[in-house]
Amino acid sequence: MPELKKYDAIVIGGGHNGLTAAAYLSRAGKKVLVLERRYILGGAAVTEEIFPGFKFSVCSYVVSLMKPIVMQELMLPKFGLELLPLESTFTPLDNDYLIRTADPDETYREIARHSLRDAEAYMRFGPLMGQIGMAVRPILETIAPNAIRPSLSDLFAGKKLLNHFKSLTSEQFEYLTKLMAMSSADFLDEWFEFEPLKSTMAASGITGTLMGPRSPGSAYVMLHHYMGDIDGSFRAWGFQRGGTGAVSMAIARSAQHFGADIMTEAPVEKVIVKNGKAVGVALENGDEYTSDIVISGLDPKLTFLKMLDESDLPSNFVTDIKNFRIRGSSGKVNLALDGLPDFTCLPGDGHHLRGAIIISPSYDYLERAYDDAKYGNFSQEPYLDIILPSVLDPDMAPPGKHVMSCFVQYAPYNIKGGWDDQKREAFGDAVINALARFAPNIKDIILHRQVLTPADLESTFGLTQGNIFHGELSLQQLFALRPAVQWADYTTPIRGYYQCGSGTHPGGGITGSPGEMAAKKILSKW
Amino acid sequence: MSYNKQFNAETQLKLSPFFDRTSKLNESQEWRRWSGYLSATNYELTHENEYFAIRTKAALLDITPLYKYLIEGPDTQRFLDRLVTRNINICKVGQVMYTPWCNEDGKVIDDGTVQRISERKFRITSAEPNFEWLDYNAAGMDLTISDDSVTTAALAIQGPNSRDILNTVSSDSLNNLKFFWMMNTNFGDIPVSISRTGYTGDLGYEIWMDPNDALFIWDLLLEKGKPYGITPTGLQALDIARIEAGLILLDVDYISSRHAIIESRKSSPYELGLGWAVKMKKKYFIGKQALEREVTRGPEWEFVGIEIQWTELENHYRNVGLAPGLPSTAWRTSTPLYYKHEQVGYATSGAWSPILKRYIALAHVKSAYAIEGTKLQFELKVEHFRKLTTAKVVKTPFFDPERKRSCPS
Repeated sequence: MPELKKYDAIVIGGGHNGLTAAAYLSRAGKKVLVLERRYILGGAAVTEEIFPGFKFSVCSYVVSLMKPIVMQELMLPKFGLELLPLESTFTPLDNDYLIRTADPDETYREIARHSLRDAEAYMRFGPLMGQIGMAVRPILETIAPNAIRPSLSDLFAGKKLLNHFKSLTSEQFEYLTKLMAMSSADFLDEWFEFEPLKSTMAASGITGTLMGPRSPGSAYVMLHHYMGDIDGSFRAWGFQRGGTGAVSMAIARSAQHFGADIMTEAPVEKVIVKNGKAVGVALENGDEYTSDIVISGLDPKLTFLKMLDESDLPSNFVTDIKNFRIRGSSGKVNLALDGLPDFTCLPGDGHHLRGAIIISPSYDYLERAYDDAKYGNFSQEPYLDIILPSVLDPDMAPPGKHVMSCFVQYAPYNIKGGWDDQKREAFGDAVINALARFAPNIKDIILHRQVLTPADLESTFGLTQGNIFHGELSLQQLFALRPAVQWADYTTPIRGYYQCGSGTHPGGGITGSPGEMAAKKILSKW
Repeated sequence: MSYNKQFNAETQLKLSPFFDRTSKLNESQEWRRWSGYLSATNYELTHENEYFAIRTKAALLDITPLYKYLIEGPDTQRFLDRLVTRNINICKVGQVMYTPWCNEDGKVIDDGTVQRISERKFRITSAEPNFEWLDYNAAGMDLTISDDSVTTAALAIQGPNSRDILNTVSSDSLNNLKFFWMMNTNFGDIPVSISRTGYTGDLGYEIWMDPNDALFIWDLLLEKGKPYGITPTGLQALDIARIEAGLILLDVDYISSRHAIIESRKSSPYELGLGWAVKMKKKYFIGKQALEREVTRGPEWEFVGIEIQWTELENHYRNVGLAPGLPSTAWRTSTPLYYKHEQVGYATSGAWSPILKRYIALAHVKSAYAIEGTKLQFELKVEHFRKLTTAKVVKTPFFDPERKRSCPS
């Protein structure tokens, strides 16, 4: 237990971004305290043994855009970061399947089985998205400017970005604009004809949003997912050995190595504000810690509407935060399995089980799933993004047994009549049925089932409305508008109070980026 | 939609219809990937005998992995003439033309041969998949494009004895088949089509057949070719031969403009030494406007042969107490070329030519330094240290035997 009660900085929330900010500030020689509400660190990036012997990445389940500079500066590999590649994307169909792997010849051959045109277009699509990713990256890596009253450094950054945009090729510019404006379905229709290929790719454009594949703006979310960054190569997704909680633990160990104090089961009640300035925090148990800098890793709703009194904030800002779209759209089903799922279209074990398994056979399937959600129901036939962590990392389950992670969409937070135990189980059943359509043996091998509705994600992980990204990644709430205009540079209307969660630029996913950039912003002003 | 439930590691790479034979003959069990196929690197433990088969006997190569497309219909001639830089309107039935094709910016997408099978039917070969590009440009034209890559198997028989071997198995004599022409004939009862083409710069032929006949034809050629020294030959020997012939290789000497992600990686035909194949008198072809501008301006780069000068090379090695180190196989590492300490180009493939006894390479050089006889400095690593050694710009093909084009009198 830390004896010091006066810290240079206090971080509210031991999620991966809060821990990243803490690690960076500690690395700069500041005395930092991290306060986590739960018994365990990691926030949404957490590994828990829900069923004896079976470890679940309960909430967040893959690592996508973890920033290389963060991994290096915080020495994360030394503290336990081990990212294993997800080798394939497998889309089971009723009488066939589609699989894409890391091998270009194999993937070409497999797509050509369905469409020769698509196989060739696919060879060009990946590199192009990589180039578009290159075009967007400088934006993601810039501290979002204050668009209304820019500082000198904002102006420099703006000039740099403007020059960057001038350097784009016409092709990059064309596709970047299209990605900003179009639906993922429309965008992919320009490229491909085999629908299961398109619907699988489009699925990444709806993740964490309450949009369908035909909703404008979904193409950008798809690009966001295309920029996964493992060993410097774009687009690659990875699985952390030991589950996503092990990423958080690596960051926590790095923070501790640099001198940070971390307390769990230490829920913060309020940020203490005096004369428009943060001066410390009060815990639910009445303890108080003082500090001139308080940083919230919580989502914008909690950061401003729960940790502060509305009266402390300008009313237009309160309106912006209230309007910030944070609709929960997804749930999670984690299974402890007695064996491996056996897919009718591709029976037995194989490398199709070593990557993502996507239940998204057509646009209509996704769009119908969305229709259910639009009108306040969970999807009767939901989109599933499944991985089998124990296939990649046998330590996740007892020998011969497996764990399965199913990300499920859609499960709207605002379901008719509200979520209850009965609806949770019905939702869980819908997920199992959607999977059983392609892998009928699943029902016989379930040893334990954990179903998390958006309401559960909210109550367990403090994700308002259960939104996995701390706010949807739609264009109107990105960059200089995330979470609100003028306050996208990690500062807030309260002096000394900062934000560093996924609700800030550049958004959600296990990236470490908001935490890193918030810390760098704070240090630049220190 | 097809149904293939045998998707596993064993079927990850395609196997040519000759694989049943080639796999057993491949003593080295060294394989490369070629267009997703398993393709023999060399059959013996070293490639030397196979190389000399190309130049002194007859080499037999499985070239099935080439991409092949059949284009058929009333608009085919018009379509191909728009697509490629050569004049397809003068291509007669039974004639074959080597040609590059470009995008609208005049940058090369691929290169290959166009065979005129009949008035309205052509076959085009390419190094990379081109179906999408062909299909895209065929909009509104009365023709069909079918992927012939798997439906036709192909062998190359290359070397001075290749004609004699074919004459022993073919029902029609090949004596009058001219360079870059093709004919239909039979091997016994089996119909084949033979083009006098190849990738070695030697006397040679390519045989196009139904994959079901593949093993019969392979066995027949090996049996009848034995007295003539026929030798199953892999890619390593071929690579040296094609460099000697000054023939470019996609993804080694240039990158397709369809896949080059930055502009500087793209090349025009002029920048690849293929200016001779660009027929500016044609009314239209894809990329013509851009190439007209390039002709006016003069191309920025040229593609040349260089010869690394012997005495200086020998001295570099002598200085460290070694005999001259020569590459035993063809190399594909981009190697800088300097002119007075300024880099003015880079070699993309090179080899010691066993038949010419010269160290040769193919190189991209800025036009001002591409004039024959220009002395450039080639970067050479001698015992871990970089040296510069003189390389002279020379004419290609490095090796161009009279037999390549001649017919028996």
